[in-house]
Amino acid sequence: MDDWRNGGFGLYVHWPFCQAKCPYCDFNSHVTSKIDQKEWVKAYLSELKRHSELVPNRVLNAIFFGGGTPSLMLPETVAAVIEEARQIWPFANDIEITLEANPGSVEAGRFAGYRDVGVNRISMGIQALNDEDLRRLGRIHTVAEAQAAFDVARNCFDRVSFDLIYARQGQTLADWQDELNRALSMAIDHLSLYQLTIEEGTAFGDRYARGKLRNLPTDDTAADMYQATQDICENHGMPAYEVSNHARIGAESRHNLIYWRYGDYVGIGPGAHGRLSLNGGRFATESIRAPGAWLKAVSKGSGDCVNSRLTAEEFSAEHLMMGMRLVEGIDMARFQQLAGHPLPQDKICDLIQLGMVSRSGSILQATDQGRAVLNAVLRELLAD
Amino acid sequence: MTDLSKIRNFSIVAHIDHGKSTLADRLIQETGTVAGRDMKAQLLDSMDIERERGITIKANTVRIDYKADDGENYVLNLIDTPGHVDFAYEVSRSMRAVEGSLLVVDSSQGVEAQTLANVYHAMEADHEIVPVLNKIDLPASDCDRVAEQIEDVIGIEATGAIQVSAKTGQGIHQTLEAIVNELPAPTGTRDAPLKAMLVDSWYDSYLGVIVLVRIIDGELKKGMRVKFMSNDTLHSVDRIGVFRPEMETIDVLGPGEMGFLTASIKQVRDTRVGDTITNDRNGTETALDGFKPAQPVVFCGLFPVDSAEFEDLRDAIDKLALNDASFTFEMETSAALGFGFRCGFLGLLHLEVVRDRIEREYNIELITTAPSVVYHVFMRDGTMVELHNPADMPDLTHVDHLEEPRIKATILVPDEYLGDVLKLCQDRRGLQEDLTYAGSRAMAVYDLPLNEVVFDFYDRLKSVTKGYASFDYQMTGYREDNLVKMSILVNDEPVDALSMMVHRDRADARGRAMVEKLKDLIPRHMFKIPIQAAIGGKVIARETLSALRKDVTAKCYGGDASRKRKLLDKQKKGKKKMRQFGKVDIPQEAFISALKMDS
Ligand SMILES: Nc1nc2c(ncn2[C@@H]2O[C@H](COP(=O)(O)OP(=O)(O)O)[C@@H](O)[C@H]2O)c(=O)[nH]1
Ligand SMILES: C[S@@+](CC[C@H](N)C(=O)[O-])C[C@H]1O[C@@H](n2cnc3c(N)ncnc32)[C@H](O)[C@@H]1O
Ligand code: SF4
Ligand SMILES: [Mg+2]
Repeated sequence: MDDWRNGGFGLYVHWPFCQAKCPYCDFNSHVTSKIDQKEWVKAYLSELKRHSELVPNRVLNAIFFGGGTPSLMLPETVAAVIEEARQIWPFANDIEITLEANPGSVEAGRFAGYRDVGVNRISMGIQALNDEDLRRLGRIHTVAEAQAAFDVARNCFDRVSFDLIYARQGQTLADWQDELNRALSMAIDHLSLYQLTIEEGTAFGDRYARGKLRNLPTDDTAADMYQATQDICENHGMPAYEVSNHARIGAESRHNLIYWRYGDYVGIGPGAHGRLSLNGGRFATESIRAPGAWLKAVSKGSGDCVNSRLTAEEFSAEHLMMGMRLVEGIDMARFQQLAGHPLPQDKICDLIQLGMVSRSGSILQATDQGRAVLNAVLRELLAD
Repeated sequence: MTDLSKIRNFSIVAHIDHGKSTLADRLIQETGTVAGRDMKAQLLDSMDIERERGITIKANTVRIDYKADDGENYVLNLIDTPGHVDFAYEVSRSMRAVEGSLLVVDSSQGVEAQTLANVYHAMEADHEIVPVLNKIDLPASDCDRVAEQIEDVIGIEATGAIQVSAKTGQGIHQTLEAIVNELPAPTGTRDAPLKAMLVDSWYDSYLGVIVLVRIIDGELKKGMRVKFMSNDTLHSVDRIGVFRPEMETIDVLGPGEMGFLTASIKQVRDTRVGDTITNDRNGTETALDGFKPAQPVVFCGLFPVDSAEFEDLRDAIDKLALNDASFTFEMETSAALGFGFRCGFLGLLHLEVVRDRIEREYNIELITTAPSVVYHVFMRDGTMVELHNPADMPDLTHVDHLEEPRIKATILVPDEYLGDVLKLCQDRRGLQEDLTYAGSRAMAVYDLPLNEVVFDFYDRLKSVTKGYASFDYQMTGYREDNLVKMSILVNDEPVDALSMMVHRDRADARGRAMVEKLKDLIPRHMFKIPIQAAIGGKVIARETLSALRKDVTAKCYGGDASRKRKLLDKQKKGKKKMRQFGKVDIPQEAFISALKMDS
């Protein structure tokens, strides 16, 4: 069996524009007034065609429109991409097609449009249930507006997830517990709960470096928040299935599972990454990040700036890093197959003793505690 | 060859930054020894590190031709010596090769600790001393006050001192005239067997060892066979010459002259500073008094960060040792740090210079362990062992008592900081020997354990006095005290590279400070880590580094796989730079940082 089948096959489409840039965000997103969506459709289709020759004859399990703010895409643009993909790769019966939405950047009518062209899942960036904090996060919407957008979305779609960011400036453990309970009463079957990460090269990153980003929770508080998140969600029937993702059983994001189970994915659009099994190897692709430059490159044949064959050490490490994020863990036999050597048993024993991982048969899982310090766990497992 | 009466040999003594090098440059320039276009600031400081730190490490000479106001042509030989206390011993040796000194004092500052230390060396060498007040161009210059201070503190006549600005050139001519008129000419006999003093030597990759000599009697000529009297070795002189300051070969050096010789000598170690050089046959009967070689007083371990670089380190150390006889080394193995070298230095600056050169010139990253002085351990059986490394401390049941080296420290400081200085000295177990005032400056003389000074005393002194204190010291001898070995245990395992000798009364405070520092320096692990200081089996301080609770990337999707992998690779490299003690990784900088005291 081809290894990628362990994860499946997906398509990621990157839309690199937002109405406003959030100060914490390091996604490849840009603010611009002139976007010719027809030109973008042409470019996406051209990239799809190029990939159809690389990986033909596959069944597509999921499509994800990510950003940036894909809810700024016209339904026609989304439709054109979905249709072209369908021409190239037969869709699985249960194909999941997700589109990311910013509650400040959707007209009510659009959701129906997306639904009509095949989108069947929405992931909405709500971020906080508190207006003051939304303002501090540089968001362009209020809680009420977010809630309204969420209601419109849930009227159109069975599957609507939303994102919150916690460990925000000035937030206490009690604040977060309260907010999370309110979120759970809103949620349908999926939630992404991210601890605020201070990314280099963002406005928050600069402020932080200058000591101007005050009142961030300490590491210990953040750890308490993380643990509380696990417990509260579990009690509401939405257990974690990944470090930051919670779902009712069966409602997990299929597209994102492809990443974590280390399947294959085509990535198109500025800055999009892909992983493709070709010619007996695993290739990493990466597209040019700047939207204008990407368009130009695509018109000349390819948007890629990286297309490299990963070494066994690299792809086995990626598999481990991604897979251990999942509560289900990884199959050590698969790792050994990929790496050509087993995981270090002595390290695993140490980690079991510390309560960081558990093992049953050839399955290795991180415990709740281990997942909270996964980087340290991975450093041990990957140390030579 | 120059007539003895037309030769003047002299050195310049000064506190650091009072303008010694600048004055030397001016003298060279004024006499046209170097064409203006070849002039670079500080001609005599040659090595990069010296230039960077603004200090002179090796003795240098320069020969200056000067036509004096009396119409005669003179040869002036200037010997430039290191200014730093680590090299005090070398200064005192070099002084023995000349007859006079210019005492340079910054007229806007006054007498400082190194002014004193250096002028005493000059007096010990029986020099005629000519005071020079420098920097008279500065608004703060106060020649009368400083002249008075020189008379008060040093006790030499200074009312007529030459007033100079090495910056503008004012007073340079008078200085040259004073050298000719006030300093004595050397004495010596031309038709006698050769008797030359080996003043210094260093390694040059083209010429081999270059030997700096001062001719006392007789003549040194190219092609001669000479004998180094201390070890009876014979050498054929293949080149002699002088520095102007570039090397210039000449045919003969006569009595009273200074210059260099090369004789295909491979190692600096084969030459002994202070040795007497004479003819191989019918040489002089009486050797010069000679000097004892400088003894290393500070020891520390140098280990490669990457243990694969051990052989490269050995190579680097061998090469450096070729040119530095005062630096000693032997192989050391540490449970924690693997293979490295235990090295001996003249002082902390010397240590830093050597370490920097290894890192910079040989590109080897180093872990430096706690500097230690040499303790004398007296055993119950009456024998004494020298302890260079606390890790080697013998079993206490066999030990009778310990002695540690002491120094006499002289500190000059403006009045308002005196209190802080006295406190610092008390804290470091100092005993006050003298406290006097010269104007608004106080001079404190303390008897201190070298151990307390070696690590960061000078940094602390600078910081409590905002840089206004000056400091100098000399070794005085050994004294018994209540000294113990303090071990550091991390996760219940002793870390040999962190063990140190301390005074029993200071051990608790030291131990507490160490474990607190280490708690900040060691990154959190997945488990909690006890950090303890112990004497023998008794724990005297303890901290617990709590377990890591959160270290995970919040968002990780398709595009993040490569980024995350690179991040982990970077962390893995970082981990390689740490040292493993049992299951604990300790970053290399912890070994030095943990020792810095805040008081
Ligand atoms: N204003 C002024 N500065 C001087 C004079 N002589 C030296 N300096 C400066 O004082 C500093 C120390 O001089 P340097 O010759 O390196 O001192 P050394 O440490 O005694 O060799 C340098 O910045 C010089 O430029 C002078 O006569 N006047
Ligand atoms: C591409 S955005 C989602 C859609 C849309 N752009 C929006 O912001 O509403 C992906 C999600 O990543 C999360 N995110 C972005 N930057 C983050 C950061 N620095 N720390 C934590 N979460 C972050 C936010 O929750 C955000 O909704
Ligand atoms: S968080 Fe979402 S809306 Fe904000 S800049 Fe990033 S991608 Fe755009
Ligand atoms: Mg100098």
